[in-house]
Amino acid sequence: TMAFRHKNTRRIEGLDSNVWVEFTKVAADPSIVNLGQGLPDISPPSYVKEELAKAAAVDRLNQYTRGFGHPSLVKALSQVYERVCGRKIDPLTDILVTVGAYGSLFSTIQALIEEGDEVIIIEPFYDCYEPMVKMAGAKPVFIPLRYKNDGNSASSVDWVLDPAELANKFNSKTKAIILNTPHNPIGKVFTREELQVIADLCIKHDTLCISDEVYEWLVYKGNKHVKIATLPGMWERTITIGSAGKTYSVTGWKLGWSIGPQNLIKHLQVVHQNTLYTCPTPLQEALAQAFWIDYKRMDDPDCYFYSLSRELESKRDRMAQLLQEAGLKPVIPDGGYFMIVDVSALNVDLSDVDEKQPYDYKFVKWMIRSK
Amino acid sequence: QTHFVSLSLQAKMSRPVQARRLEGTDKNIWVEFVKLAATYSKVNLGQGFPDFPPPDFLKESFVRALSGENHMLHQYTRAFGHPPLVKILAQFFGKLLGRDLDPMTNVMVTVGAYQALFCCFQALVDEGDEVIIIEPFFDCYEPMVKMAGGTPVFVPLRPKAPKDGKLMSSADWQLDPAELASKFSERTKAIVLNSPNNPLGKVFSREELELIAGLCVKHDVLCLSDEVYEWLVYDGKEHIRIASLRGMWDRTVIIGSAGKTFSATGWKVGWTVGPNRLLQHLRTVHQNSVYHCATVAQEAVAQGFQRELELYGKPDSYFVQLPKELQQKRDWLVQSLDAVGMKPIIPEGTYFLVADISKFKSDVPDVPDSDEPYDSRFAKWMVKNKGLAAIPLSAFYSGAHKNNYNHFIRFCFAKEEATLKAANDILQKWKKEKTSP
Repeated sequence: TMAFRHKNTRRIEGLDSNVWVEFTKVAADPSIVNLGQGLPDISPPSYVKEELAKAAAVDRLNQYTRGFGHPSLVKALSQVYERVCGRKIDPLTDILVTVGAYGSLFSTIQALIEEGDEVIIIEPFYDCYEPMVKMAGAKPVFIPLRYKNDGNSASSVDWVLDPAELANKFNSKTKAIILNTPHNPIGKVFTREELQVIADLCIKHDTLCISDEVYEWLVYKGNKHVKIATLPGMWERTITIGSAGKTYSVTGWKLGWSIGPQNLIKHLQVVHQNTLYTCPTPLQEALAQAFWIDYKRMDDPDCYFYSLSRELESKRDRMAQLLQEAGLKPVIPDGGYFMIVDVSALNVDLSDVDEKQPYDYKFVKWMIRSK
Repeated sequence: QTHFVSLSLQAKMSRPVQARRLEGTDKNIWVEFVKLAATYSKVNLGQGFPDFPPPDFLKESFVRALSGENHMLHQYTRAFGHPPLVKILAQFFGKLLGRDLDPMTNVMVTVGAYQALFCCFQALVDEGDEVIIIEPFFDCYEPMVKMAGGTPVFVPLRPKAPKDGKLMSSADWQLDPAELASKFSERTKAIVLNSPNNPLGKVFSREELELIAGLCVKHDVLCLSDEVYEWLVYDGKEHIRIASLRGMWDRTVIIGSAGKTFSATGWKVGWTVGPNRLLQHLRTVHQNSVYHCATVAQEAVAQGFQRELELYGKPDSYFVQLPKELQQKRDWLVQSLDAVGMKPIIPEGTYFLVADISKFKSDVPDVPDSDEPYDSRFAKWMVKNKGLAAIPLSAFYSGAHKNNYNHFIRFCFAKEEATLKAANDILQKWKKEKTSP
């Protein structure tokens, strides 16, 4: 018999390893306290579950809906975001519903990025940005957030971009910059001034902005989430990505959305119609109803968008306290639900661990196994 | 301040903003026809979905999953497939294929069969690869091959005249073996097989599958086997899985769909089954595109399959009852169409049937030099003027071949009795208008 000649395509060469696949396996043992993967272990609000039950009981809602987004959902999204952005958003042309924010990132990158392009990614970054850019044949260009205070960082606000260093990363090949605010993993909430620096460069170099804002509602006291798409000159070049999973604590619903100008969204829609065509119907209907409930109370502090944030803020403070009592130095996040902590004070010697991995990888595995 | 735009910026501004991989993939028949049906149709036999609900046992599983004590079912599950689902799929398909399947490496769950197809093309088709597509085909195969940089190579099913005034069957549409063989070249990476076939309803026979398999083995070509309608076969016919033929398991990816299996197209749960050396690459695409599929529906589908495994082959099995019900509906629609002079091609499987509308051509005059195929204009006229939605057969042909079979339209008969009766009323009225002076 002939040798089997079939291997993977060039586009996925080197993209097979994935930190989550590795670490979720290690943490899967139920005796382990899992503060690793980013998902809530608290229940979503009961009205969200009720709306899903109601949707599933309607025969028609168990069949295909509109490919680019269930009508009642895109309508609800347009209303919520019109209010937030202060501009008209057309539900049919300016919105695409996707399989999670992950699906939005993929659709955006596949639609607008190709070989010969460069894409600026701010480090540290949500890990999928790099392989997605590579799969599109483009070159990722990294720029770090740097400590402002010589390593004595206590807050996510202390991690900043150097404007001159950032400006240097832009050139004629720069197709897009990926922004993530509030930021995973640091929890940084970019200020208006910081966003203006990025916006100025995008406008000067005619660069697109892919703005991952999945944690948009999770901002803590003293901070405000600013949408870069609302800065002058930015709407026409920005795709803003949101997530039901993070908004309603239903990561397992895998619904997200991309919002932007029609002349960009239409290309995302083409990718979508050639990749999975439509997202699940009952989940979209339930999400739409949940959005209407909260849209109606956006002036009320009981709105889930604000109440969840308050709930998480007290958990953030509790976690920070626990870590400080253990002699560790957490970086208090201004947003998101992640906290990073410097563990060097623990002085765990892992020099005898053979694996060729960074210290923090080895530390985490050691911590899971022995603690 | 400078008032001129730099040359490099000019160059960027003059380039289209979208990526080249989208070239030729932007048109989509469904966007147009779904809108038309929504606007005009009184009876929608167009897009392929049932207008009856999923079975009660499945709906109950879904409600149990979403409201049960385990609220973690609203959070991420395993990326390559919710463990209870991949386990039961491995068990179920292992039994059908006579093989020991590993749920972790031989099965991957996707967002509908549609995303399974996408993963296959992205994982396995490179620029310059050829992919053989049998016409008529489910329309997404072509743009997906193009987006992967591949070249689609088409080979038609050709109708043979039926015997003595009998109605044509989907079995009468066949591949010419020599023609098929001529399509294989050193650049051929894969062939896409769809059996039972959408839109014709053809259920490929063992001999036909052996012909395809022989060529795959000879030329070392992969087989992407879209078997979403695997349970919808009629008249005692058998759905044969090409992966079970000699030399095929190692080179085949089987694609399935909960939407079609359990009449829940809106759940968008699909799967791939195949050897690890192919599925590993599908996993790479999946983890870099959608990563996870929604949890609750996977949990419910797993329970559905558990039930079906226990009832396999028994009269209460949904996989026995559904085709039985659909066969009756098929026969009903065949009769309706035949009675008015539309000539149905009796499908051996799926819930689609294609009918020859030549006798109704006088209603929609030909427009010479029209860009649009005749059947497309006919279908649009029909939904606007008769309120009956169907899909033109040319939608399932490549651009160059859209006028080869342009007097056929496709009906979906997975509809309640009342819907089929309403369709019959429209057809009868239409016939009367044609024959009355």
